[in-house]
Amino acid sequence: MTVILGQTFTGISIGAVLLLIALGLSLTFGQMNVINMAHGEFIMAGAYTTYVLQKSITSAGLSLLVALPVAFLVAGALGALLEWLLIRRLYLRPLDTLLVTWGVSLMLQQLARDIFGAPNVQTRAPDLLTGNITLIGGDDPLTVANSRLFILGLAIAAVVALSLTLRMTSLGRRIRGVVQNRDLAEVSGISTERVDRTAFFIGSGLAGVAGVALTLVGPIGPTMGTNIIIDAFLVIVVGGIGQLKGTVIVAFVLGVLQSVLEYSTTVSVAKVLVLVGIVAFLQWRPQGLYTLRTRSLV
Amino acid sequence: MLEIDNVHVGYHRSSVLHGVSVEVPKDGVAAVLGHNGAGKSTLLRAAVGLLTPSSGAVRFDGEDVTRRKPHERVARGMAYVPQGQQAFPHLTTAENLQLVADGRKRGKAAIAEALDLFPALRTLSNRRAGLLSGGQRQQLAIARALVTEPRLLLLDEPTEGIQPSVVAEIEETILALAARGGLSVLLVEQHVGFAMRAAQRYFVLEAGRVTSSGAGGKESVAAVREALSV
Repeated sequence: MTVILGQTFTGISIGAVLLLIALGLSLTFGQMNVINMAHGEFIMAGAYTTYVLQKSITSAGLSLLVALPVAFLVAGALGALLEWLLIRRLYLRPLDTLLVTWGVSLMLQQLARDIFGAPNVQTRAPDLLTGNITLIGGDDPLTVANSRLFILGLAIAAVVALSLTLRMTSLGRRIRGVVQNRDLAEVSGISTERVDRTAFFIGSGLAGVAGVALTLVGPIGPTMGTNIIIDAFLVIVVGGIGQLKGTVIVAFVLGVLQSVLEYSTTVSVAKVLVLVGIVAFLQWRPQGLYTLRTRSLV
Repeated sequence: MLEIDNVHVGYHRSSVLHGVSVEVPKDGVAAVLGHNGAGKSTLLRAAVGLLTPSSGAVRFDGEDVTRRKPHERVARGMAYVPQGQQAFPHLTTAENLQLVADGRKRGKAAIAEALDLFPALRTLSNRRAGLLSGGQRQQLAIARALVTEPRLLLLDEPTEGIQPSVVAEIEETILALAARGGLSVLLVEQHVGFAMRAAQRYFVLEAGRVTSSGAGGKESVAAVREALSV
């Protein structure tokens, strides 16, 4: 029983990491339909921001706290710059966007190698996040790493913040309006260019926050974003494009599935089984887990 | 109020409007009539800035706005109700209006005034616009345009494809808006009777050219019908 609970919690923590990464994509890909292959490099930018900050702020706890907003701003600024320089010229041209942003991702990886070197680097986790917490005691205890709990909390906080922003604020209404009918938004007095850039800033900024979280569970390297970005795209597609609740559910389901299958098979077989499951699911529901009903498409 | 001066407009390489000139008097109503494909909607899209003329000019209240973006024209007092009862389908009725009111000083008051014109929308405030009927969505579309408190309203076939009971309500609202002053209207319409009741000026568009124009009013109905039958 403890083993099952342990694997489930490991899966939830994998899902939390996946969710943090997918959250930014849910805005740029899910809401704006932009396939940004450089999103992974914004995660990397967030992680390297944490590394740089820790060089000047010796307290690991304080540097982590400072890194969260700074990484959001750094990755967000990179995203807004990419949108302004390239992506705004490529809206409604998904294949061109994919190729161009893939090129940008390679350039950013090389830039990271030039600045920080090719080998991976590491940050120190704050003392508070280095230990474990015992959820079930006794002969067969269930322990969970504090860092994993922190990432879970961070993911939940990010989901709530993004959801509230999209639902309750004027910026959220504008983003949803532009996504649903760009021309109508423009003739309703909304500067769609400004909204695009702001949405890209937030989506990319969230990738930066994910990068900070990843420093707690693994090394920092130029290709760290590329390794996980495909999984994040899968989360968005399976959850339903533009559906935040679908993203949340699928991130955790995929995380738990991966963890449980890894326990009973191997890492590679588990990965293959999850991908086969996703293909089968999309054959059955090509629109993903959630979709919105309307009487018209206008 | 609005002067569309000798504009040539097209989509990619296909030209749709060939030197069209239309004027909307201050606080008055001008109607543009014509068969399907004559270029009426293209004219309105050029007026609001969704299409940029290859030549010619669009002047609003004396200012050349030909190169201005649509949201900049809206900020100057232009509002546009496109064809096809368009709304933001996944936003609620209330959100559709609030989206436009955000950042405006009189936003709340403007929403209240727009809802006074279409009280049925009050009971639908939490329903997603994509789930409204065509008539309700058209009322919402006009209300949304009015929340910007425009000085010029561009209406593209506001009664097209709507059940008759709602058509009458929308027509009466447009006539009332035009009559209360402070608002100019450029109305694209296929119903000659309604258009001539509302308009002081009319323009008949045929294959991207103005083929007939004159003073509006009921007495012009026959002349317009004749111009349209040619």
